[in-house]
Amino acid sequence: MRLSKPVLFVLGVVLSVAVAWALVALVRDMGAGPGGRPAVVTTGTAEIGGPFTLTDHTGKRVTDKDFHGRFALVFFGFTYCPDVCPTELQTIARALDLLGEDAAKVTPVFITVDPARDDPETMARYVRAFHPRMVGLTGSPEEIAAAAKAYKVYYRAGKPSAPGANDYLVDHTSFIYLMGPDGAFRALYRAGTGPEALAAGIRAQIGAE
Amino acid sequence: MSLAILCGALAFAAGGSAAAEFRKGDLVVEHPWARASIVPGRPAVAYLTVRNTGDAPDRLVAVASPRAARAHLHETRHEGGVMRMVPVEALTVPAGGALALAPGGTHVMLMGLARPLAEGETVPLTLTFERAGEITVEVVVGKPGAMGAGERKGMGPMPHGH
Repeated sequence: MRLSKPVLFVLGVVLSVAVAWALVALVRDMGAGPGGRPAVVTTGTAEIGGPFTLTDHTGKRVTDKDFHGRFALVFFGFTYCPDVCPTELQTIARALDLLGEDAAKVTPVFITVDPARDDPETMARYVRAFHPRMVGLTGSPEEIAAAAKAYKVYYRAGKPSAPGANDYLVDHTSFIYLMGPDGAFRALYRAGTGPEALAAGIRAQIGAE
Repeated sequence: MSLAILCGALAFAAGGSAAAEFRKGDLVVEHPWARASIVPGRPAVAYLTVRNTGDAPDRLVAVASPRAARAHLHETRHEGGVMRMVPVEALTVPAGGALALAPGGTHVMLMGLARPLAEGETVPLTLTFERAGEITVEVVVGKPGAMGAGERKGMGPMPHGH
């Protein structure tokens, strides 16, 4: 069956438009155009991360150096948060599952922005619900503030529902940070990135070691 | 005939809680689910979908549960990287459309729990709609990190069609 010239022309136009559309979408998703927001943001400078001294969920005092030697996936949140924090911690846990044997090279770390309520025992209960190797970190308000500052984390406790109630919520930035075995920042991932994209990012970093 | 029954039974089993629909008037509440709340004293969160099969919009204006001293609708707002949870007074169920409460968006906050929500249990939740009135549904409690209905002990995540 031979197609007539007008039909071929129309098909050609349709195909060109489709290809252009796909390219625009691809470029937009890569963050190259206005409104594009990449899931992965990497910076060339080691501005994120740094020394901290905190208390882990077993009550042991730890520093940032205790996490060197392995990659670390770090998330700041609080246990009073039932929507975003479980989602992101589950994303981390599931990403580790997807890594298979390479998961052993990565330590999942959950740092609270609510040290007043999140004591070590609370952190222990919380992290074990997500991953057997997840480390929960808490500390004094000053120690948490220092760690949050190092990771450029914003957080602010709101008001309780009534005077004396202990039900305040904490606004907070919610990125997942990937730190290298040398302790240096490698990449950050927005909330909602999802386990597959997170695992792919980690794999790429492990592969480049 | 028996093949049809077998297919129906398989579809039911595959869907897990496929029977978890609650109807009142024009509204159908589908698959109410919650996450196990892990730490005593912490709030729990419940999610669901409400379909409106009628011609007029309705609004979800209140939530309550015998398990929670206080229950409220909240919305997670993601503004410039900062996550905030804010109370919302009402949520619209558009005519011929649906209202979806899901992780990362609007949800039911259950506060003042006498005991944590445990994986595997079901918990009553009463929804009050402006037009349809009150409807009580059974919320199925899943894993702490569940991302959808049907994620609980012995079950993997439900396959997503989208």
